[in-house]
Amino acid sequence: MIQNNDNQIPMVGIITEIFEETSDVKTFRVVNSKGDKAFDHMPGQCAMLGVPGVGEAMFSISSSPTNTKFMEFSIKRVGVLTEYLHKLEPGDQITIRGPYGNAFPVDTALKGQNILFVAGGIALAPLRSAIRYVFDKREDYGYVDILYGARSPKDLVYRREIEKSWTEKPNTNVFLTIDRPDEDWDGHIGFVPDYFKKIGFSTDKVVVVCGPPIMIKFVLAILLEMGFKKEQVFTTLELRMKCGIGKCGRCNIGPKYVCVDGPVFRVDELDHIPDEF
Amino acid sequence: MYKILLEDLPKLYAQMAQNADVYMPLRRGNELNFEKWNNEAIVDLESLKTVNTPKDLFLPQIENLYSSQVVGTKINIENVPVFDKTVVLFGVKACDVRAIEVLDNVYLQGDFVDEFYKARREKSIIISLACNTPAKTCFCSAFDIDPSSPQSDVRTWICNEYMYFDFTDEKHEKYERFYDMIKEFLTEADESEVAPLQKEIQEKINTLPFSGICLEKFTPENMLSIFNSSEWEHLYRPCIGCGTCTYSCPTCQCYDIRDHQSKCGGILKYRCWDSCMYPDFTLMAHGNPRFTQKERFRQRFMHKLLYHPEKYDGQFGCVGCGRCVNKCPVSLNILKVIKTIGGDENDTK
Ligand code: SF4
Ligand code: SF4
Ligand code: FES
Repeated sequence: MIQNNDNQIPMVGIITEIFEETSDVKTFRVVNSKGDKAFDHMPGQCAMLGVPGVGEAMFSISSSPTNTKFMEFSIKRVGVLTEYLHKLEPGDQITIRGPYGNAFPVDTALKGQNILFVAGGIALAPLRSAIRYVFDKREDYGYVDILYGARSPKDLVYRREIEKSWTEKPNTNVFLTIDRPDEDWDGHIGFVPDYFKKIGFSTDKVVVVCGPPIMIKFVLAILLEMGFKKEQVFTTLELRMKCGIGKCGRCNIGPKYVCVDGPVFRVDELDHIPDEF
Repeated sequence: MYKILLEDLPKLYAQMAQNADVYMPLRRGNELNFEKWNNEAIVDLESLKTVNTPKDLFLPQIENLYSSQVVGTKINIENVPVFDKTVVLFGVKACDVRAIEVLDNVYLQGDFVDEFYKARREKSIIISLACNTPAKTCFCSAFDIDPSSPQSDVRTWICNEYMYFDFTDEKHEKYERFYDMIKEFLTEADESEVAPLQKEIQEKINTLPFSGICLEKFTPENMLSIFNSSEWEHLYRPCIGCGTCTYSCPTCQCYDIRDHQSKCGGILKYRCWDSCMYPDFTLMAHGNPRFTQKERFRQRFMHKLLYHPEKYDGQFGCVGCGRCVNKCPVSLNILKVIKTIGGDENDTK
């Protein structure tokens, strides 16, 4: 995949809409300066968003490739750049370059399969791209299970979309959980790995797990315990990135560069990578 | 093969300089660096190691990527001029030649080509020079580098009162141009004229203290066990994380991308060298996967001895130039790492 020459030079992106997901997560809808989608991508791929003079960082694209009009990014307020982005308004401009990284194997390993998506917190963002892709090509896939957890009901991203749309899809089960009891919640309470164990999924499916490293580790352990093979499970790694094109060395882990060889890894591939994630 | 009288070299330099930017080891005080040649320059081809490395010419300490003007909430992105000069690098030692191959692999291969590096590298002509007197800290031969016969576009030897030239690929348009540039100074010579020198260099190499250092253990199968070795725990201790080893290394290649707010309102995006030895290299909003100096120290050597070779067909990311051996303020270096982690074979070295 040889990209354009200016692979480190961004284009101007315009924020067209902003949706408040939680108290610290906003979803930004972005187009290029002509009003079109900035570039094509596949679910799981990322883009570098930046503000000149403030900074630049890698974000996963949370809209589906089937959306040809714009891209969306769900961004948590955690540092200087994201703080700044959260203050922007529709019409404001940012810089955007990409797409970077590999993708979830939606057209290969996942195709025709039953799929289980597992996510914790903001990590539903990259999965949303894949989930919507699967829903838009529903007949290409088997049963879909989605297990998603967050700290509190208020921290569930895409909550309206999940409740209004995802739960209505054919052959689809959505399981939600929150960490601690809450007045606003009559669903399941408990951590994702525990809920996962309780539900006890059958192993006739491909699993995609995204979340904080600690959640991923627990979920993986349970998956193996339940008889899943590492070859059936995909996850993502998150490391600091600068160039996005496998040169600056920032995201190097073992012989891999996460910005080009990842962020998606089949879990058995991780066995040959030092545990630094 | 061709030769030129050493005393005629200044004329050759002047001739080259009319057609290209010529960089070669120049002496200033007691420092030796690759710098742009001019009439007054003091050329020193005999001394071995420059402080900086040819890397600077292709991956400068600072390189502008683009600039942006921000007016209100509107952003305007402007490209910076593309590097477009012929650079001749003259007198590059064998280890530094290999180092450029290491960088080429990273910057010119893979899904993406680094266009900034490519622009600098494309038109460059590398003229290597055999090392007549290898230093005690040299261990290039451990990486199958032969300083008596360096590999590059044009190869040279200083032997008796001549400098000998050998063109690797005379058909190549780049070298043809270079040959045309200097041919008036060259006379035909025979390979046998440098053969005794080559033999002498090889003999010297064999007597160097670290030339036989054993790298057998550094294979992909051993990667995880080396990563998990308990030796790192004490090896790293003296390291103060100054990054000198990375900045003076001809193959270290990591960079940071930063903004510079210029006085006239534009914001310049530039890249600059960075070091995996620094705590903020991998720092993220939610923590740092390389939490202590131990992990950072380990990363540098794992990358050179295991990760890079695994990715690039067995090519080590170290070329045995010995710069880090000379420069580290606490006398830590890759030799110590190889000896400690590399196992019994190295016990007597
Ligand atoms: S190994 Fe030596 S030169 Fe390198 S960072 Fe540590 S103290 Fe500095
Ligand atoms: S690690 Fe040290 S000896 Fe090896 S190439 Fe770099 S500076 Fe030279
Ligand atoms: S972000 Fe630069 S190498 Fe991956």
